[in-house]
Amino acid sequence: MPSRLRGKVAITGIGSAGTGEAKGRTAMELLAEASLAAIADAGLKLADVDGIFAATSTHAFPAMSVAEYLGVNPTFFDGTNVGGASFEMHLLQAALALDAGLCNVALVCYGSNQRSAGGRLVSLSEPQRYEKPYGFRHPISAYALAASRHMYEFGTTREMLAEVALAARGWANLNPDAFARGPLTMADVLASRMVSDPLTVADICLVTDGGAACVLTRSDRARDGRNRPVYVLGAAGAISHRSIMAMPSLTTTAAKDSGARAYAMAGLGPKDVDLAMLYDAFTINTILFLEDLGFCAKGEGGRFVEGGAIAPGGRLAVNTNGGGLSCVHPGMYGLFLILEAVTQLRGDAGARQLAKPEIALCHGNGATLSAQATAILGTEAAS
Amino acid sequence: MDDLGGPEAEFRAYLGQGKFMLQRSKGTGKHTFYPRVAIPGTGETDLEWVEASGRGTVYASTVNRGRDRSYNIVLVELDEGPRLLSTVEGEVAVAIGTRVQALIKQIEGEPEVIFKIEAGNRADAL
Repeated sequence: MPSRLRGKVAITGIGSAGTGEAKGRTAMELLAEASLAAIADAGLKLADVDGIFAATSTHAFPAMSVAEYLGVNPTFFDGTNVGGASFEMHLLQAALALDAGLCNVALVCYGSNQRSAGGRLVSLSEPQRYEKPYGFRHPISAYALAASRHMYEFGTTREMLAEVALAARGWANLNPDAFARGPLTMADVLASRMVSDPLTVADICLVTDGGAACVLTRSDRARDGRNRPVYVLGAAGAISHRSIMAMPSLTTTAAKDSGARAYAMAGLGPKDVDLAMLYDAFTINTILFLEDLGFCAKGEGGRFVEGGAIAPGGRLAVNTNGGGLSCVHPGMYGLFLILEAVTQLRGDAGARQLAKPEIALCHGNGATLSAQATAILGTEAAS
Repeated sequence: MDDLGGPEAEFRAYLGQGKFMLQRSKGTGKHTFYPRVAIPGTGETDLEWVEASGRGTVYASTVNRGRDRSYNIVLVELDEGPRLLSTVEGEVAVAIGTRVQALIKQIEGEPEVIFKIEAGNRADAL
């Protein structure tokens, strides 16, 4: 039975700033510009915001930093940091807080200047004692280990992983805002420099800058805004481990649990999903999440993506912005999943627009497959 | 062993003596690694130190390709059950399923558990 929280709140504004490269700007500047854009998009004023939900890779106390920078004294705030999955969790926290009347206008926000600041993944993550001695490279070693096990158990191939990168590029080529555009072939991916077997540079997400934000209100208020509201139908998180050595099975992620809970809250299942936004930090992620979120059977993800099945014109629309692989990945990408889902559900996606999508699933992933959070969004018709 | 503090400190002291030890619940016989104050999930605190067999099987495997050198990073499933992250010395790529044996080696001045391929148990190459 759908939860009483289903459809109680809606996203009414979205904004981004400096996606790609934003030389000479700080993470907080990008976060703030994206926030102001989202607030304006919602037809609201900064002074209307009374709920702050934030995570970054550069602020130990993000809710405080954002409150100070924007000059907001929030009545409710949350700085849950579970890496890239943080923002799908923030949707859930915002829905709870709004529904309970603890705040009225919730701002979910993020910013990063990691590309301009150093061109490397920035992380506040402490070294893991039982990884560090062995030259473990966070986070790629973990994803490479997961990919190795998937290949071993299910016969997944490097070509199947490459299909994920090709599909992402196909979508990016329809998105003028994507950072990596241009032709990419199977031969290109397979000939790319190996970084951590079996993952090459083409299997790894971009390192970009970027700020992102969205604004939520209770649904009764959402219809007063200037945009078609996008309703939060379900959201849930799950944590299975911190270090990859403690992951119970390297071929099944906690997306199985977060997905099941989010579907239950929404009263929906994978067959109802028109758009799947799956956090593709590495090509193996998309395959794992397609399986764990029920789009195909366990072990079949590699075969599912073959033949351009998730590329433009394929059987399932996945990561239509071009994903972390080809659109944008400033370190914690999860909020950009939500922005693309809202853009598609509003019908504002231009050349990559899907035909009347009503349900979008956003799946965030944090650290090394450690935290998983799923949010299901829908149009008025689906709410 | 003298009271060194918590299980982490005890584990490292054993390693310094050349012993790879695991914690085991006296009541359930379940082993755990890394060292903790209780068995995760079930919470048993009746833990004793037992010497690890050191024998295990490679569960997942990658090669970190660097400019200067390439080396493997593996997850090893110990015969006692727990899994740990490590490396297999003297090898570049190590196939999943390879049987390995632990040894203790100094890495950056600290004793750490690494592995070598068990004699006669080389699995097919990656």
